[in-house]
Amino acid sequence: MKQKSFSWQRLVHARLFMPLVCLAVVLLANVIRTPDFFKISINNGVLYGYLIDIINRSSELVILAVGMTLATAASGGQDISVGAVMAVSAAICCQLLSGGEVSVTSLAAPIVLAALAGVLAAGLCGAFNGFLVAKLHIQPMVATLILYTAGRGIAQLVTRGQITYVRVDAYKVLGGYIGSCPIPTPVFVALIVVIIMAVILKKTALGLYLESVGNNGKASRLVGLNSALICFMAYVICSILAGIAGLVASSRIYSADANNIGLNLEMDAILAVALGGNNLGGGSFNLTGSIIGAYTIQALTTTLYAMKVSADQLPVYKAIVIVIIVILQSPVFRSLIAGMKRKRAVTVDEK
Amino acid sequence: MKSKKLSRSGLLLTITVGLFLLMYISGMLIFSDKGFAKPQMFLNLFISNAGLIVISCGLTLVMITGGIDISVGSVTALVCTVSAFMMENMGLSAVTALIASLIIGLLFGLVQGYLVSYLEIQPFIITLAGMFFARGMTAVVSTEMISIKNELFLKWAKAKIVLPFGYTNNKGVYIESYIYPTVIVALLTVVLVALMLKYTRFGRSLYAIGGNAQSAVMMGLNVRRDKFRAYVLDGFLTGLGGFLFCLNSCAGFVEQAKGLEMDAISAAVIGGTLLTGGVGGVVGTLFGVLIKGTIASLITTQGTLSSWWVRIALSALLCFFIVLQAVIGSVSAKKHGARLA
Repeated sequence: MKQKSFSWQRLVHARLFMPLVCLAVVLLANVIRTPDFFKISINNGVLYGYLIDIINRSSELVILAVGMTLATAASGGQDISVGAVMAVSAAICCQLLSGGEVSVTSLAAPIVLAALAGVLAAGLCGAFNGFLVAKLHIQPMVATLILYTAGRGIAQLVTRGQITYVRVDAYKVLGGYIGSCPIPTPVFVALIVVIIMAVILKKTALGLYLESVGNNGKASRLVGLNSALICFMAYVICSILAGIAGLVASSRIYSADANNIGLNLEMDAILAVALGGNNLGGGSFNLTGSIIGAYTIQALTTTLYAMKVSADQLPVYKAIVIVIIVILQSPVFRSLIAGMKRKRAVTVDEK
Repeated sequence: MKSKKLSRSGLLLTITVGLFLLMYISGMLIFSDKGFAKPQMFLNLFISNAGLIVISCGLTLVMITGGIDISVGSVTALVCTVSAFMMENMGLSAVTALIASLIIGLLFGLVQGYLVSYLEIQPFIITLAGMFFARGMTAVVSTEMISIKNELFLKWAKAKIVLPFGYTNNKGVYIESYIYPTVIVALLTVVLVALMLKYTRFGRSLYAIGGNAQSAVMMGLNVRRDKFRAYVLDGFLTGLGGFLFCLNSCAGFVEQAKGLEMDAISAAVIGGTLLTGGVGGVVGTLFGVLIKGTIASLITTQGTLSSWWVRIALSALLCFFIVLQAVIGSVSAKKHGARLA
């Protein structure tokens, strides 16, 4: 009996326990509401179903969550410009592809080149954020607030205030399907990004460095790490990933909508990181947790949409969830709970 | 140490006032044919930014403690929409709407302040959640734009206060200058908050908390309580500022006041309030708002540039001032270090 309760406790305290429970709860709620939730069928040669839809739609969020995890770990702050950076990358890519026209049916530039330019622009945004955070020691959220507001303005200027359409089948591949493959492409993109980042973090010491800098930048500097450079890199990676996510999002709608691409997605990404059991104050991180968190958020979003909650009202629920998570995470609240438990133990002993 | 810090904020304030004068005078010279030199143009800066002035004052208080509040823009939208909904769809009076606005602001201040100061959660995360919550609630109240036609409300909004000066236009007709009551409320707020910061215990302790919270605790200040009060006051001023904003726009809709938090933060930073806390004041913030207003009217007067340029120019200016603060900070730290050595 004692053995059993011990292992139960270990399970509860495992890092991935909370994220997995949240995901299970959301999925369970869906199954109760719509019994054929897990049903996957093949329509027109592609997979079709609620689950596929959630996995497909959460691809951008997974990519963003990976970057956000790194930025959070290294700086103890969040990059709130990712949504705007997505718009910038999409705007530059589409503008190059269309050659300045509003709507085109033939390409003005090779897709690979335009996509690279978009990602490069995102990388520049990241370099700007990273410079402010790592070199000038400005709080990450104030530094990224600059691009959060200016980014969409820049994207508007790039597209000259219009929505640029690229009606070419080759451009729809990234957000659609490759040939006759039944699985949507964004899923693969997210998978590739996750694998590459996981390999980099596992095979190089970058992950360790990020945690060390996040825990104590000064101490890391004293043991010989270039703290500023590592923090800078975390922000550049975060923005490059946001750029890739922007391309996927733009390919889905084969256009660059500067006002709506990546709208409110920064909130989702932060939520995914927090839900994944990562400390928003920096330091050690858990990539798997963030990814599970991202899928949970998307499942929640899809569920709320299905419950006829409008897109404008969605943030209310997400804001409540994030407040609950940060309250549960806060050290003061934890010591309060610990104190209550101790008190209860003492009164039981007295009896 | 204290006098040194104050002189640093004095330097930043001088730069800000100088920049404002430079921008305004060059605007007068370039666009003199489009009426930029008329006194009413200057008064319009206050009329169109009255709400922002009040909101920025509240934000400055929080920033002096080393915190931040990015929910102000969304709370403004919520206040406007709730006021509009109450007056137009529920038939309540303008006074009730005003009281409701203040209560909404206070509630946000209370909750956010409690979480930040007593549970020690990063102010950014909490107010980010507040920002999304308020924006979402706006959509819950009404997804459509509501324009306000309440008589008393419009009377408040359009009550011209004529000033004893004006100018004669090219047809020889004397045109008087005027302001709206909102301007008086805004300027009164600036004066009251400035006096409070300078002469009350609470005001001084905000600077102490922002300068170094640990020393403030050791000095015997109740850091948590005062921080909490700063957020509550900020929330109240956001409610009031939101109502003034509503008086200017006479409508409420979901996308209203988007990016206002950025304007308010820029105004405070440009006005010499340090992002790290401990230094700053609301007079500087007032000039920060005026600079933002000048940029906006320069771009509207110019006519061909897109309105997005206002935000981009303001962001660039904010960026410049942040770098300036960092440079001044590191220079004075070096001086201090040299003196110690």
